[in-house]
Amino acid sequence: MTAKVTVNDVQRVAELAHLELTPDESVHMLKDLNAILDYVAELNELNTDAVAPLAQVSELENFISTPRPDALVPSLDRATVMLQAPESNGTFYKVPKVIER
Amino acid sequence: MSSVTSTVESFVEKPKRLGELRAEIAAGRTRAADLAAGYYERIEKINPRLNVYLSLTRERALEQAERVDALAAKGDPLPPLAGIPVGIKDVLVMKGAPATAGSKILKGYQPPYDATSVTKLEAAGAVLLGKINCDEFAMGSSNENSAYGPVHNPVDPERVPGGSSGGSAAAVAANMAVATLGTDTGGSIRQPASFCGVVGVLPTYGRVSRYGLIAFASSLDRVGPFAGNVRDAATLLSVIAGPDARDATSSPAPVEDYAQESDKPAEGLRIGVPEEYFAEGLDAEVRAAIEKGIDALKAAGCTIKRVSLPHTKYAIPTYYLVATAEASANLARFDGVRYGYRSPESSTLADMYSHSRDEGFGAEVKRRILLGTYALSAGYYDAYYLKAQKVRRLLAEEFLRAFNEVDAIVTPTSPIPAFKIGEKSGDPLAMYLADIYTVTASLAGICGVTVPCGATTAGLPVGMQVLGAHFKESNAFRVARAVEAAKI
Repeated sequence: MTAKVTVNDVQRVAELAHLELTPDESVHMLKDLNAILDYVAELNELNTDAVAPLAQVSELENFISTPRPDALVPSLDRATVMLQAPESNGTFYKVPKVIER
Repeated sequence: MSSVTSTVESFVEKPKRLGELRAEIAAGRTRAADLAAGYYERIEKINPRLNVYLSLTRERALEQAERVDALAAKGDPLPPLAGIPVGIKDVLVMKGAPATAGSKILKGYQPPYDATSVTKLEAAGAVLLGKINCDEFAMGSSNENSAYGPVHNPVDPERVPGGSSGGSAAAVAANMAVATLGTDTGGSIRQPASFCGVVGVLPTYGRVSRYGLIAFASSLDRVGPFAGNVRDAATLLSVIAGPDARDATSSPAPVEDYAQESDKPAEGLRIGVPEEYFAEGLDAEVRAAIEKGIDALKAAGCTIKRVSLPHTKYAIPTYYLVATAEASANLARFDGVRYGYRSPESSTLADMYSHSRDEGFGAEVKRRILLGTYALSAGYYDAYYLKAQKVRRLLAEEFLRAFNEVDAIVTPTSPIPAFKIGEKSGDPLAMYLADIYTVTASLAGICGVTVPCGATTAGLPVGMQVLGAHFKESNAFRVARAVEAAKI
């Protein structure tokens, strides 16, 4: 019933994550991803049909965050931020071309 | 703590108590600037061996110290952490100082802002010494995953300090800071504190703002203090805790004077001992030390109750799915575009992304990103991530039910003491238990304190984990003080 992870799955996941795997890394990753299936099988031992997901722990405390007013306040200084850019013209970030013609 | 054998070079030195240092500064017997200078001297001497600090913030520290000295000279009342030397884990940002998160992908990055916890420490008069080594992106439990070399345990430098906040724990153990900040996602404050023989605090999720914390898993990450004793750790928590408009998950729950609360005797508190945590894989000497700690609590007038947390084992698959999924999302921002490492000579944007990430991230980080990406990918999200979040609710509710019967739950912090660098424990049962001990509280969002509780015959520190219900850090601190007083 549980489909095993394939090499194609590993490839697809790597693409989604913008990572390239060496053949060696792919082999290890295949094993690790298959281990996930074991974890999921374990979780499926529990019936959670009537259970809502707990994404944010604070909700247990009935904590409601009051939104702040939608007012403009100073943010970070652009020049300081752009100093951290690997390549920029001070206003925009420069990157290699997006599409190969 | 029994003495370490003479063939091991120990760098252990207990920091003076925070209150004592502050009093000396207030009385003019010590200058904050001289205190800081003394700490930098010690750091210069032993950091090459221990690899705790990645960068120092001398200029800013001197300014902070001089501000305190000026107040003291005028006889003005001093803020709570006046002149106290504190180190900051390198996943928290300090303006103008490097923030590497222990990774090559952020080499050279200088944040343009301060983390809220840093701002609060500074406002309280602390002198921030520098940025501290950690596992890359806080992923790891031995500080061997840092791109900048492992941290060495001051108790025995051939051993790991634990992780991911290994450096923060080691800094206090070796008196390279009076206190430090670390972070805990699946145990990263508690376990290293236990390995190094110091106090570590896991605040309730939302107790301390995460603004300025380089995120690993947003529903699990917590910022928390390390110190040489429980009262000091409690003082630090009061300083950094509180709501923050910049962190929507931070809580408006009132911040108590945790130090004062910790002064209250533990008598009358009900202590739960969960049977699932005392299983095979728990080192016999660790068990013996913890049992002595529990006896001490009995002697202090606490009631000891056996409790059962039957869903405990499901914490592991839950944690691995939730933490890796959230990590894959949080680490997507490291792409070479706006900051950090960019791989040279990529001909297309897509290549630049993957080359920068391949070259910048370490193996463990890549592994977790891929696991998380898989868990969230189309067709699997419901069955994997969402399922894990449902089981998470079951785990959290189980703790809540237990806290209806008891005020605190105690367990060993780690089933084994610090292992040697390069030699992850060969015992899979021990490694499994190690995760169980800490990720359960992480998933439930509850709080805890780890307090030194004896040592093995080889002199390696043992820690007791004291867990409290949400926002009941005071209970945890009171119990921890009682264990500390017993000097196991």
